[in-house]
Amino acid sequence: MSVPRYRVLPRSSSEIERDKRNREINKGLTVLAFVLPGMLVFILFLVIPVVQSLQFSLYDWNGFGPLEKFLGIGNYQRMFADKIFQMSFQHSLAIVVLSLALQLPLALGLALLVGRGKLPGRNLYRAAFFIPYVFSEVVTAIIWMYVYHPTSGLVNVFFSSIIPNFEFQTWLGNRDTSLVAVFFVITWKYFGLHMILYMAGLQGVPKDLEEAARIDGASEIDVLRYVTLPMMGSTIRMTIYLSVLGSFQQFVLVWTLTKGGPVNSTELLVTYMYKYGITRFYLGYGAAIAVVLFLTTLAFSLGYQRIVMRQDYVSEVA
Amino acid sequence: MTTNTHIGTRITTHINTKATLLTIVKYALLTALAIVMFGPVLTAILGSIRTTGEFLTTPFGLPKTGIHWENYTKILADTSFWIAFKNSLLLATGVPVLVVLLSSMLAFVLARVEFFGKGLVFNLLTLGLLFPITVAILPIFIQIRQLGLINNLWGVILPMVAFGLPGSTVILRGFFRSIPSELEDASYIDGCTTFGFFRYILLPISRPALAAVATLQVIAAWNEYFLPLLILLAEPASWPLPLGIMQFQGQFGSDWAGIMAYVTLLMIPAVIFYLFTERYIVTGLTGGELKG
Repeated sequence: MSVPRYRVLPRSSSEIERDKRNREINKGLTVLAFVLPGMLVFILFLVIPVVQSLQFSLYDWNGFGPLEKFLGIGNYQRMFADKIFQMSFQHSLAIVVLSLALQLPLALGLALLVGRGKLPGRNLYRAAFFIPYVFSEVVTAIIWMYVYHPTSGLVNVFFSSIIPNFEFQTWLGNRDTSLVAVFFVITWKYFGLHMILYMAGLQGVPKDLEEAARIDGASEIDVLRYVTLPMMGSTIRMTIYLSVLGSFQQFVLVWTLTKGGPVNSTELLVTYMYKYGITRFYLGYGAAIAVVLFLTTLAFSLGYQRIVMRQDYVSEVA
Repeated sequence: MTTNTHIGTRITTHINTKATLLTIVKYALLTALAIVMFGPVLTAILGSIRTTGEFLTTPFGLPKTGIHWENYTKILADTSFWIAFKNSLLLATGVPVLVVLLSSMLAFVLARVEFFGKGLVFNLLTLGLLFPITVAILPIFIQIRQLGLINNLWGVILPMVAFGLPGSTVILRGFFRSIPSELEDASYIDGCTTFGFFRYILLPISRPALAAVATLQVIAAWNEYFLPLLILLAEPASWPLPLGIMQFQGQFGSDWAGIMAYVTLLMIPAVIFYLFTERYIVTGLTGGELKG
């Protein structure tokens, strides 16, 4: 009985060294080839523009010719003194608060309803709630202009059919209703996203844990309050984060629906920047608005991640 | 013994009626909401096959004077619609192809290769996550102008790729890290180069994650309005559909039937795309947690 025996042929140490070096060079070239193209695009079209924003914001500049009229913090002083800017900031904050107070609970409630169990037709409902997310903002806005139409829109017809003597409203053209009308459209388009995220979070809640609580005599409300929701903590913290950032960056929907009007009643930070910075060629001023917008979201991001989301990163340390 | 069974059945019936009631409430709630969600879409579709006059007299209803296909043929016969359609297709292929290509390469080296400067690259990219395109839109415009890419689709594609990279890279890096390193070792023992492992093993088994990233980018590029507005506005031949419909709406502001036909033409591809890619959209958005 002959057992096959293999023997590694002895190699000279210089041969091994050369192989190792070749592998290192090969790896180095691969890394370079893999990192460079992506980072080039990233630096050219993201890093440089963001840094330039800071620089432009210190000048009075119309976008043409050299940067000459240095203002220092002049743009910032003018902005903070502007009543319309203050209003825009408040409106953006209002959208943030409304989103957190209404949009997220709605999404969470629906996720709890259709996210689990054997409810027949749940996929259909899920699709119905989520589909506006894939529509473009422009399409969404135009549909809603039609639905809010002052004399023939669906909303007016609906209210007049259930409320006697209902007076038709110009929902988007009235300063008292415009912001709420805009917020409703934002909710219509985006709450499906949060619902989907919650549904994903729900799948991570172990069923037997809830079952155990029920056997121990917990009511459905208690199970929700003490088991399900705490187990979904990381998802909820994530959606809050996305919702705040998304609300601060709202632009296209609002711009298409109202252009920030009437009389600045739906002016948000980004519509203010576009209207008063870009379309009027006060590019230095526009850049200053962008910087404030960015610092606001950055402060929130860093603070929120440090304080609130920190617990979710334990497994994600690189 | 008998009493026990008796109580048992009573409790079950009680639970059953309660459960049925709860189901009814659930469905009523869900259906009411589904109506709110679908009402506007349905109105738009109905509006597109009726005349504007019909809309103005009875906003919500079936077409009474036959189906008015001319709302559609009017748009479809206009070459500017097809030019916009072509431009949108170019954006919706160019952006995802480049994002998937570049971010998978970045994610691969960040996930599996040790190299000098790795921490810097990764930190820079994650910092990029904090910048929405809106805050840098102005210098991007200046940058694109300096590069002579105004009125050129590349002027929209390149910034979109730059802003799509951080998120996509983070998603893919997570996915690549979850692939067992034994697979990589085995491929090296079999004589694969680093590139070979990436190209012939990693990419093929990561197809679902790549599809998820690509799908989100297709949606983003197809819908993008702000960048084209700044960069392509002066040249109608370079407009994608979102700019096209805004122009149409501005020009034929009172022709609601025509506008709704245009809207419907834009919704149909979105819905079809959703139906075919739902799995990937959901995977992409949730980082792969939700299935089916």
